[in-house]
Amino acid sequence: MKSKALSAPYIVWMCIFIIVPLFLVAYFAFTDKTGAFTLENIIQVGQYSDVFLRSIWMGALATLFSLVLGYPLAYIISRSSLRHQSVLIMLVMLPMWMNFLLRTYAWMTLLEDNGMINNFLAAIGLPRLHMINTAGAVVFGMVYDYLPFMILPLYTVLMKIDRSVIEAAQDLGANSRKVFLKVTVPMSMPGIISGITMVFVPAVSTFIISKMLGGGSNLLIGDLIDMQFLGNAYNPYLGSAISLVLMVLILICMGIMNQFDEDGSAEGGMMP
Amino acid sequence: MKKILSLFLSSLLLVSCFALSASAEQEEPLEAEDTGITINVYNWGEYISDGSDGTMNVNQEFTKRTGIHVNYTTFDTNESLYSKLVSGGASYDVIFPSDYMVARMIEEGMLQKLDFSNIPNYKYIDEDYRDLAYDPQNEYSVPYTWGVVGIFYNKNYVKEAPTSWDVLWDDQYQGKILMFDNPRDAFGIAQKRLGYSFNSTDMAEWQEAAELLKEQKPLVQAYVMDQIFDKMEIGEAWLAPYYAGDAAVLVEENDSIGFSIPTEEGTNFFVDAMCIPADAQHKAEAEAYINFLCDPEIAAANMEYVGYSTPESAAKELMDEEITSNPIYYPSQEIIDNSEVFLTLPSEINEKVDKLWIEVKMGSSGSTATLIVVLLGFLLLYIVIVITKTIKRKRMNRY
Amino acid sequence: MKKVISRIYMAIIFVFLYAPIVILVLFSFNDSDTKSRAVWSGFSLRWYQKLFSNGELLNALRNTLIIAVVAAIAATVLGTVAAIGINSMKKWPKRFVMSVGNLPMVNPEIVTGISLLLLFVFGARLLHVELGIFSVILAHITFCLPYVILSVMPKLRQMDNSLFEAAQDLGCTPIHSFFKVVFPEILPGIITGAVMAFTLSIDDFVISYFTSGTTQTLPVYIYSMTRKRVSPEINALSTLLFGTILVLLLVINFSKKRSNDVKEKEEAR
Repeated sequence: MKSKALSAPYIVWMCIFIIVPLFLVAYFAFTDKTGAFTLENIIQVGQYSDVFLRSIWMGALATLFSLVLGYPLAYIISRSSLRHQSVLIMLVMLPMWMNFLLRTYAWMTLLEDNGMINNFLAAIGLPRLHMINTAGAVVFGMVYDYLPFMILPLYTVLMKIDRSVIEAAQDLGANSRKVFLKVTVPMSMPGIISGITMVFVPAVSTFIISKMLGGGSNLLIGDLIDMQFLGNAYNPYLGSAISLVLMVLILICMGIMNQFDEDGSAEGGMMP
Repeated sequence: MKKILSLFLSSLLLVSCFALSASAEQEEPLEAEDTGITINVYNWGEYISDGSDGTMNVNQEFTKRTGIHVNYTTFDTNESLYSKLVSGGASYDVIFPSDYMVARMIEEGMLQKLDFSNIPNYKYIDEDYRDLAYDPQNEYSVPYTWGVVGIFYNKNYVKEAPTSWDVLWDDQYQGKILMFDNPRDAFGIAQKRLGYSFNSTDMAEWQEAAELLKEQKPLVQAYVMDQIFDKMEIGEAWLAPYYAGDAAVLVEENDSIGFSIPTEEGTNFFVDAMCIPADAQHKAEAEAYINFLCDPEIAAANMEYVGYSTPESAAKELMDEEITSNPIYYPSQEIIDNSEVFLTLPSEINEKVDKLWIEVKMGSSGSTATLIVVLLGFLLLYIVIVITKTIKRKRMNRY
Repeated sequence: MKKVISRIYMAIIFVFLYAPIVILVLFSFNDSDTKSRAVWSGFSLRWYQKLFSNGELLNALRNTLIIAVVAAIAATVLGTVAAIGINSMKKWPKRFVMSVGNLPMVNPEIVTGISLLLLFVFGARLLHVELGIFSVILAHITFCLPYVILSVMPKLRQMDNSLFEAAQDLGCTPIHSFFKVVFPEILPGIITGAVMAFTLSIDDFVISYFTSGTTQTLPVYIYSMTRKRVSPEINALSTLLFGTILVLLLVINFSKKRSNDVKEKEEAR
């Protein structure tokens, strides 16, 4: 059929705007200022392994918290009446429509030492808490910004689970805990996988949340890359090398996640 | 679905009409003919009178008088300005680098020579601010402001005006100290505390300064630039080194904030200048803009708002006596003599300083081995999972 | 009992999701001179007034809208055509094209951002142009494309291919038969894709930040606002954006509900 040719413009586009740029990143990663081949940049990335570990750790924590917080909510929504479901899911999505910079900024004003929360605590006679500029605040910000990304795919799969399957399990004598662990969770696996990737990838590579909520000592890979391109230590060669390592790391992580997805349909969950 | 689309499109139309009409309303009638030209101006944040609280809106005034439009954007450090110019693929018409950055840009061929016949108001610039070390023949730059660095402190918590940079290492203020988010200013403080020059070419001295900054890091709340306004005003932070000109906002509007110049070790004296990048598209219009900002009347109105010190006596005369006699904005000769100017560093030193700066901010005790282990670990995990799954599947198939 | 617990849980999560937004909105009406963010000192609309006389911001808003409209239309057309092409490919080439095409979705945004920055700077030097609104549009089309393709694809798969062939057998030209037969079938997918592309483009910060050159989009402007002395204008802006979206969604929901009601009534008859 002729219509195969219709994909030609897209393939050209893909080559120019996806493949060539990634090759440019790889090219910069392996060259120096004079344009000669070098491994120097890649070796230097190793110096920042702390930053990588910190980013992975914070990203993983944020993902875990999002899952723990999001799963029950997605479950509750999927079990409520149809009329309520659409309203509730809209309520989950609504904050996402507001720019995440503004939402993160709002948390900054809330978490400060003289912020709203501390003023409130002081007003009711409780001791003030130091929250802003800690690693906890960064993870908190990530959870807040990306929680809807976790809830949506979870809801999409949970909604599709046939209730008769659960009833069948109950009829066969399984208690509700067992039903949940043996039926609901395995059946919602694609949603879990897709939720995890959708939270983990942006959380690991963020450079705004850490800047706004993390203060001086909680900077992440994203900040490091930003610094080399538009920030205070111009060096696109090192920046490209760091990006390359980050990309490889994330591809491996996604490869691992996809292995847990039996049907290979994790992507389906991305589009509610 | 169709309904949604039509609703969506109509609301979109509404919003855009709204935006366009609002921006049309904005424009005042021009006094000069509309040239249809827009120049890209890239300045520091909070560094021009923007018309708030009844002050002059300098950019609007410029457009009104010349018919040249201004696309005004801001940066927050000299280094990010440099990065944006080199890597951002953006061409600006007027930029405002500080002294050492002007010199670096001249050296790297990033600026073009100005045509001073288009900048007649250059004659108002005082002799003291001409032909400075960063631009010895004064071919590439026109000074915009000058100033010194000092420490802003919250009087409620810091009882005595600090006279030494030592206070930024005092652990009773842990978590309440802000620090410059750019290498030269941050290293500069450490260097002065150690008694070294800002412009040392001895890497050992830079290394020592870096160690001092690392030692300070646990006490620092955040590395920031213009966010200090906010954090100082609401009392989030108590101590912050910053540029004297910003006292116009911080000290004048807040009774609890004081400003002090550490006289024990001396401080940094800087000049911020106006330049035209080599790839500017509208050179003549850019020169008109520079000329406009040098007009004593405009400069006076602008500096009254900005707070930084003007290099023009003619403008100073037009300004409020209260400002020009204030030692914060126009410090004594003694303080100026006791301060040092940033010079541009040789490029190999610059590169190493950049690396040290990343080390200070990010910590880089890590080793390549750790990273390789992490990557290999993940890879191994992946392989193990794939293998166990294939085995499982094979077993399943056997049944 | 169970229901009560789940209600409480839901309430807690929603408080968590909405608390900062409520605070932002509330303080956009705060009449304060010290610009303090945590002390209430009376009602005022002055930050809104200030917002509307802020030329830079309105300019950024206009840029954002132009970019979003152009990028969404281009991505939708290109993506729909591409989806039809890809759909008729064999299994392996199809898999390959899809997985490369999805890279902007899978890759961290910052990596897409810097890779496009490198490309555009390279291209700009070659062609003696500068980065600006045009490069942002190209970047936005690139990251919107996979979303359009992924929403059109399922509709194409559901469609019976013989319909298209039948139309041609009956004497339609391929183009005519496409618009008569295929297009109406996949229209819902195209619309979903277009709306998605539009919203993604409006909301994007990271990629615009790296590729915008001297142009400012709204998110880039907001970022520069948070890097300066913060003014409650930013709250006023958030309130307006949030209000617009809220109204939009309510209207959509309401009209949907009404059409559902009408349908129900008709069925009841």
